[in-house]
Amino acid sequence: MHSVVCIKQVPDSAQIRVHPVTNTIMRQGVPAIINPYDLFALEEALRLKDRFGGKVTVISMGPPQAEIALRKALSFGADDAILVTDKSFAGADTLATSYALAATIRQIAKETPVDMVFAGKQTIDGDTAQVGPGIAKRMDLQLLTYVSRIVSVDQEKREIMVERRAEGGVQVLKTSLPCLITMLEGSNQMRFGTMPDMFRAARYEMKFWDKTAAGIEDVAKIGLKGSPTVVNKVFTPSPRSEKAEMIAVEGGAPADVAVALLAKMAVRFPVVEKELAKRA
Amino acid sequence: MEKFDVIVVGAGPSGNAAAYTLAKAGLSVLQIERGEAPGSKNVQGAILYSDALEKLIPDFREDAPLERHIIEQRMWVLDDESFIGTHFRSDDFNKPPYNRYTIIRAKFDKWFSKKVQEAGALVITETTVKGLLRDESGKVIGVETDRADGKVYAEVVILADGVNSTLARKAGFRPELDPKHVALAVKEIHFMPKETVEQRFNIQKTEGVVIEMLGKITKGMMGTGFLYTNGDSVSIGVGCMLSDFMEQKLTPYELLEQMKAHPSIQPLVQGGEMKEYTAHLIPEGGYHAIPQVYGDGWMIVGDSGMFVNAVHREGSNLAMTTGRLAAETIIELTRAGRPMSGANLALYKERLDDSFVMKDLKKYKDMPDIFHSNNQFFTTYPELLSRSAYTMLKVDGVDKQTKEKEIFASFREKRSLFGLLGDAFKLWRAFR
Repeated sequence: MHSVVCIKQVPDSAQIRVHPVTNTIMRQGVPAIINPYDLFALEEALRLKDRFGGKVTVISMGPPQAEIALRKALSFGADDAILVTDKSFAGADTLATSYALAATIRQIAKETPVDMVFAGKQTIDGDTAQVGPGIAKRMDLQLLTYVSRIVSVDQEKREIMVERRAEGGVQVLKTSLPCLITMLEGSNQMRFGTMPDMFRAARYEMKFWDKTAAGIEDVAKIGLKGSPTVVNKVFTPSPRSEKAEMIAVEGGAPADVAVALLAKMAVRFPVVEKELAKRA
Repeated sequence: MEKFDVIVVGAGPSGNAAAYTLAKAGLSVLQIERGEAPGSKNVQGAILYSDALEKLIPDFREDAPLERHIIEQRMWVLDDESFIGTHFRSDDFNKPPYNRYTIIRAKFDKWFSKKVQEAGALVITETTVKGLLRDESGKVIGVETDRADGKVYAEVVILADGVNSTLARKAGFRPELDPKHVALAVKEIHFMPKETVEQRFNIQKTEGVVIEMLGKITKGMMGTGFLYTNGDSVSIGVGCMLSDFMEQKLTPYELLEQMKAHPSIQPLVQGGEMKEYTAHLIPEGGYHAIPQVYGDGWMIVGDSGMFVNAVHREGSNLAMTTGRLAAETIIELTRAGRPMSGANLALYKERLDDSFVMKDLKKYKDMPDIFHSNNQFFTTYPELLSRSAYTMLKVDGVDKQTKEKEIFASFREKRSLFGLLGDAFKLWRAFR
């Protein structure tokens, strides 16, 4: 079982602040981390390796300093890491990124066939959730998003069964390999790497692939040139002006509380009162 | 099984100095740090004394992240409304190579660790050393980390794990920290435009000012405050003995807030944006608190060995020096083909005794006790000094001789003649 996990180095949004006057994002001094959603994908890939053997390859497209994120992924137990980095990738949107990563995965598969591609549900900086599905489409892979659990893998029949969170319930889906899975948050917990993993990660000679090594055929499809998305404006939404109100009810009996609440609602939303009167 | 010549536990100044020196000499070195990155657990004022780093990395000025070189040192003694003090500024301090710099440790430690890694040491982070491995004879032969398959072996282990050094305590190398022997310091960094820093402190380019403070800002507790200028920020902090905080039931944070509100300090920090708030323990027990620092297969360096000169506010330079001396001892023994036994490692202690580290600590060996049991140095005297200055400088029609008498009477009233002589003697004994 060979899994490729796509990760991204992102600024730790928990530590980002917005400048109170200019409303711009203050990135200075904000530490870079592995996109938290990607860790669920990586852990799931590592679990498949634990169960079925094989290997886990981690890839990322980004600036040279993203090497730190890949090295960290290695310390969790990934076997190989490739940083796809080239000046011509700069300014890529999700369309261009998925093109570059799909090409990279094809290159990887030339050496060792790829059974599964994993990605996080989305990133915490872009929040688009488009790159994973974009790769699946470009590579013509079966796509399973928001997966909460891998139920079973049948290597003989090359089939996988997963649970997927959907609106109003959980879907149990079966599809054929190879496929691309984006993992849901909370579906597992990242392991604490072993000491040998730490040594391997510290000594690993990182692979840096430029656009040629990544097998990019059409340079018009990467970087800013290959990105139709235009960012018009970035702004911080103004805080809501409505204030919460405590409804105090003497004694606190549930029925009294409910009546008090309905009374408040009737005042604020007359339509509610009308509707209630109609039904009464 | 992983085996190294040396394992260094901790990536602060002492651990980095040791790991750098050893790796540079071609020994195989593993450095283990429990923080997320080297330096993430480190806190300092921070002033870098060039000498200690120069002995490790002579050309450090070329790429180390330095904030400002210090050209002016202020010593302030404060009461609640005023300060009386000395300012020493000299253009001699403006002649390179500069002697002291202010630094921001988050940046500096990153740089220092990079040097260690470039020298060839293997650095592993987010890993805690749980305990030491020993052979039948009790000799330390490695460490056990908190990770699976976590045993790693080495000829010698250097404990550079800081003031708390759980490792040294667990191994029985050091007693529990005595609250009387450790200070708790808090610090904030306030950012403001570079020009504002330069205007407020009358400096230009990379010139910097430090202010060391003593007096009622510590509310009678044994401790000091400081204010350092960085490139586009000001570091301000205060530290007092932990036992005093416990007795006074004051939090360090409250103390720093009150200090920042002092009429002489407030204008220097106002308008800045606070971006960093840190707290740390400082081992200030001095000479008498230094434990046994070597044994069969182990050595202690830096804060873990209580190597801090509280009087002169020196710590990181002692850390770097002890780290370097420990490393040089190991290198010499390795080259001579001698084992890392306690008897051989005693050479480290000899080198320490020969260096400024032990000489300075010995000189001030009674200082902590004297100041600790005489809080008049932090309360009564600052007030008397300030009042005297005020009395002398106020022009109000009273003749100067009367004023002098008034001042002397105020000293006698507060401390009595006997008390004054006693205090003078104590100070003389402490500093001699």
